[in-house]
Amino acid sequence: MSILINNKSRVLVQGITGNEGLFHSWQMLQYGTNIVAGVTPGKGGDWIFDGKTPIFDSVKVAHNATGANVSVIFVPANYAADAMIEAADAGIPLVVCITEGVPVRDMMQVRMYLDQHNVKLVGPNCPGLLTPGESNVGIIPGNISKPGNVGVISRSGTLTYEVLHAMMMKDIGASTCIGIGGDPIHGLDFIDVLEMFEADPQTDQVVMIGEIGGNDEQKAADYIAQFMTKPVVSFIAGDSAPEGKRMGHAGAIIEDGEGTAAEKIQALRISGVQIARHPEEIAELLIR
Amino acid sequence: MKLHEYQSKKLFEKYDVPIPRGRISNNASEVKQIAEELGGRVVIKSQVLVGGRGKAGGIKLARDPAEAKQFATDILGMEIKGLPVRKILVDEAVGIDREIYLAIVNDRASRSPIVMASAAGGVDIEEVAHLSPEKIIKIAINPLIGLQDFQARDIAIGIDLPKEHWKNFIKILHGLYRVFWESDATLAEINPLVLSKDRRLLALDAKMIIDDNALFRHPDFMEMRDVDVEAPAEIEARKYGLSYIKLDGHIGCMVNGAGLAMATMDIIQQSGGLPANFLDIGGGAGAEKVAAALRIILSDPNVRVILINIFGGITRCDEVARGILAAFNEVEVKIPVVVRLVGTNAEEGRQLLAGSAIHTATSLVQAARSAVILAEGGSL
Repeated sequence: MSILINNKSRVLVQGITGNEGLFHSWQMLQYGTNIVAGVTPGKGGDWIFDGKTPIFDSVKVAHNATGANVSVIFVPANYAADAMIEAADAGIPLVVCITEGVPVRDMMQVRMYLDQHNVKLVGPNCPGLLTPGESNVGIIPGNISKPGNVGVISRSGTLTYEVLHAMMMKDIGASTCIGIGGDPIHGLDFIDVLEMFEADPQTDQVVMIGEIGGNDEQKAADYIAQFMTKPVVSFIAGDSAPEGKRMGHAGAIIEDGEGTAAEKIQALRISGVQIARHPEEIAELLIR
Repeated sequence: MKLHEYQSKKLFEKYDVPIPRGRISNNASEVKQIAEELGGRVVIKSQVLVGGRGKAGGIKLARDPAEAKQFATDILGMEIKGLPVRKILVDEAVGIDREIYLAIVNDRASRSPIVMASAAGGVDIEEVAHLSPEKIIKIAINPLIGLQDFQARDIAIGIDLPKEHWKNFIKILHGLYRVFWESDATLAEINPLVLSKDRRLLALDAKMIIDDNALFRHPDFMEMRDVDVEAPAEIEARKYGLSYIKLDGHIGCMVNGAGLAMATMDIIQQSGGLPANFLDIGGGAGAEKVAAALRIILSDPNVRVILINIFGGITRCDEVARGILAAFNEVEVKIPVVVRLVGTNAEEGRQLLAGSAIHTATSLVQAARSAVILAEGGSL
């Protein structure tokens, strides 16, 4: 078991012929991900990857022809909103948007539209999902994690890789790893994923990687205190970040003194979450 | 990206949000002439992108054109919170009956724009929000259907606006919503919106912040960017697609990924040092990007040591190491450098760097401690 994706997931790639889309689709295929279709408007009818993967002009046609049930999006930021809404409109139940730099205005509309269509969104501005040994949807390097019992949720990309790698060095594997993205308005949040991990029989403990900005970690802390029976280990990045500066991610900003690492860490500690001082320490705090 | 008051007011005007008569100038003699045209009594307002302009003496009421010229001369020579005053806005002086706070802002929690309004306008709204939050009304706007008339009416009622002004107020709020939405703003604020003695509603001040991620839709805003508020190195970094923020410490950082970059700064601080910057070089770490990042870090004279922390995933650590070596051939670096490579082929990467003057580290904690020791003049 795992959450959201497994070896039965039928993955469609929007923007499969772009630089990023092509490169990462190949990586995903090498990993064993079941990529059933690509979408690039205007290139419908072509085949790529030695004639193994068909390309379609629209998600609707691709979905009808292949039964794809996950879409991963690699299109540029100015087309990302359109791509997410197209996927939802075509009936894809899980949309993963890797694209960075999607305007907030677009995300407000996209999130509301997807919610109305009961579509789950991961991202944008995220590394995607990895269920080790089964399916890799996005850009998480496949070779830095192995199957295991730890569920990983994170707002950051490379920080997640760092933690997965440190876990693997200690022979600890992951059930599913999910990057929820660094934007202020995004899809699944900590609570949604915590709930899934709590219900997943393969997951015995959870790693939650947060950062400055907003109060999702504080809300997650409340949720953990009330509903989680499985232990949670956390690292929060940005204790040294100055106020009012956007630290790379659009959502990583301390505004009017709110969203600091200290307040998040305190809320999580109160809820019984073990806090790592640095990302490598997470692996040491997990139960072997 | 913040817009200046005069830039925001120009936008407001296009969307039927009424503003006082006024003009922008960078010359005191011209200010005198503008004051004469506006009837003598004018407000002289410095145009700098910081709060608290009034308290800093950057906003003055002039009784006549001669005084306007004098104030303009004073203010044009000023620096406010480190920023030079290059332009001033000359507005007609308006007799004020009531001051209202009105703003639209993107709200993370409700994932929608919210209108915020208060009858206690004109003062420090953060203070009102802190001391008496019940005095601020908030209404969330559905991003798919936009602001509705009844919502605007609810706001008018909520701030006790006399009935005869409702129609006009609703029109203004619709204008403010449209300028907010169509400009991809994250904030559009009027503080204060005044009811003047001659019974007009006017936006005496205007503040707008535009979503940087949406600038591709607004090439006209890109030209309006005020580079005074950014460090030159931050502007340079943007050209190379690097995310750089200057800080006050001595340890220059180069990291791939924003989260890891923050974590690296945190560990430097935990180890007793202070980071000189945040720098995310993004995915991969090709020679050209590393070289640009090195030049930007070295442009800060406070930097005594450079810490490079790269996670090699799909881009393997040996490729990263070659990129770093190539960059060091191109850029002369006279200060110590610590490199931590982790991930795919990390050992091969470290071996490639072993023959050079670069210190290598395996763990993040070890790398940070080494950097702190070197920054204090010690040796490893």
